[in-house]
Amino acid sequence: MTKNTVISVRNLVKKFGSFTANDNLNFEVFEGEIFGFLGANGAGKTTALRILSGLSEPTSGEVIVAGYNAKKEPEQIKKNIGYMCQKFSLYPDLTVKENIMLYGGIYGMRKALIRERTDLLLDRLNFREYSDRLISDLPLGLKQKLAFSVAVLHEPKIVFLDEPTGGVDPITRRQFWEMIYEAAGRGITVFVTTHYMDEAEYCDRISIMSEGKIVALDSPADLKKQYNAASVEEVFVKIARPAGTHPPSPSLL
Amino acid sequence: MKRFLGFVKKEFLHIFRDVRSMIILFGIPVAQILLFGYVVSTDLKNAPIAFLDLSKDEMTQKVSDKICSSGFFRRSETLLSYTDIDKVLRKNKTKAVIIFEKDFGRKLVSEGKAAISIITDGSEPNMATLITNYITAITADFNMELAGTAAAATLLVQPEVRMFYNPSLKGHFMFVPGVITLIMTLICALMTSITITREKEFGTMEVLLVSPLKPIQILLGKVTPYFLLSFIDIILILILSWLVFGLPVKGNLILLLAECMLYILLSLSLGILISTKAKTMQQAIFMSLVGMMLPTVLLSGFIFPIENMANIYGWVAALFPPKYFLVIIKNIMIKGTGFLFVWKETLIIIAFTLVFMGLSIRNFKIRL
Repeated sequence: MTKNTVISVRNLVKKFGSFTANDNLNFEVFEGEIFGFLGANGAGKTTALRILSGLSEPTSGEVIVAGYNAKKEPEQIKKNIGYMCQKFSLYPDLTVKENIMLYGGIYGMRKALIRERTDLLLDRLNFREYSDRLISDLPLGLKQKLAFSVAVLHEPKIVFLDEPTGGVDPITRRQFWEMIYEAAGRGITVFVTTHYMDEAEYCDRISIMSEGKIVALDSPADLKKQYNAASVEEVFVKIARPAGTHPPSPSLL
Repeated sequence: MKRFLGFVKKEFLHIFRDVRSMIILFGIPVAQILLFGYVVSTDLKNAPIAFLDLSKDEMTQKVSDKICSSGFFRRSETLLSYTDIDKVLRKNKTKAVIIFEKDFGRKLVSEGKAAISIITDGSEPNMATLITNYITAITADFNMELAGTAAAATLLVQPEVRMFYNPSLKGHFMFVPGVITLIMTLICALMTSITITREKEFGTMEVLLVSPLKPIQILLGKVTPYFLLSFIDIILILILSWLVFGLPVKGNLILLLAECMLYILLSLSLGILISTKAKTMQQAIFMSLVGMMLPTVLLSGFIFPIENMANIYGWVAALFPPKYFLVIIKNIMIKGTGFLFVWKETLIIIAFTLVFMGLSIRNFKIRL
């Protein structure tokens, strides 16, 4: 894997009034990498994700995404990324095909190209029979897979996934991760936030956030070695809750 | 531009696929026009009245014929005694009872005056007043005829009252402008605020904001279909009220449509403003209903004249835009006046629109 940097974050600080949501973040993400972004609720994951995707402006620091500065050129970033959020993001009253056409159109793709990619996508998902069905008629797992396919329809440089597998059964989650691998294989960088510690194991590298800071960043294997833990979950618990300092907080689990 | 058109198309699909939206867009305007026109009519037409004739002579016959041939009333019953009055009124078979005193005709000829009693059902005060006024008018008319034939020498000064602009005081002349105002409020403010908050609730708004679509394109894309559809609605209402009730647009049609477009803009920007404040669809519905529907119905002069309100309500009414729009369309549609007579109200509406637009652009969270 060539190590081209696609996301570079230096001294990123984001403050809301006196509250510091992101406290001096520094990290890089490489092309084609699956980068896991872990942290408890309120650790600052979502804030960082919003800044990276051009939705929110950093208070200070330098953020370069896909070659563009997040503070000065958020519009350029938006053209080069895909995005899928934890809430399900297709329109339930439109058909599968209409949703695909809509997003393709929004990303400025030509009709012929959209059609070509749609065929490819439907075949890949074994979805052809569903193409004229309304999204609201599909089971959640299928919707989720389709949402991901739509997020990478325009072959973005980076796709941001914000807790993409919430509420999905383990088998579908597994299939979902296969799709993520496939996208990464095509050179799309995947930036994913998640609660599920088993999913963190699938990532090339993970960063763990706590109270606005990145407290650990490495491959799952190295982290486990470093913290002498059997699983990422154990690493996470050890980092987020140093032995005996404070009682377990349910939100971390 | 291509991106934008695709987005607008999707918005149309949302509307056309949703039965409720279609009903609000096209069912309600038609239903309201017909409802207000026929059912909630404040005109008298063939109201049943009963007669208790204690005299039974030529004169009483003439008077009652005149009343019944007016078109406003029809004879429902002929009573024989006072005790029947209460009975028929209670049965709700009749709206009023007219009593001719004993020796009505003889008294009228010899003494020059005779009495008619009108007994109305006070549990329907509006109807009662209306009936009293109409019958008084008819008997006054009868007096005139009598004076004209029998005692031409007696010169009486008779006030001649004419209702301008709406000579027969037809109720639907008043409600069509009101319904137009109501419909535009409903469609533009309510539907726009709902459709935007729906995207927020579904999480699709975030995806749109991350997309290369500019926030202003998203907003315009959301409101364009409603702009077009409510404009079609206005034309539909105008055609309907013309075909069914024979209400023509007296003034300049282009001016009327232009003013309507201005008001659509106002309602749309209010809808956007509401959606920037509301987090859920329920909140949006509640805010549009309280913020727009109630003032439109209660404080615009649509149903209750502002002139009759206590001062404080008049001032409150002045804070809401429907009042001004109603003045404008009434002027143009019914009086047929030109722009010179409505420019003040137009300016006020433009000012409202600019304020709402400014606030919503400031509030629309471009960067969540």
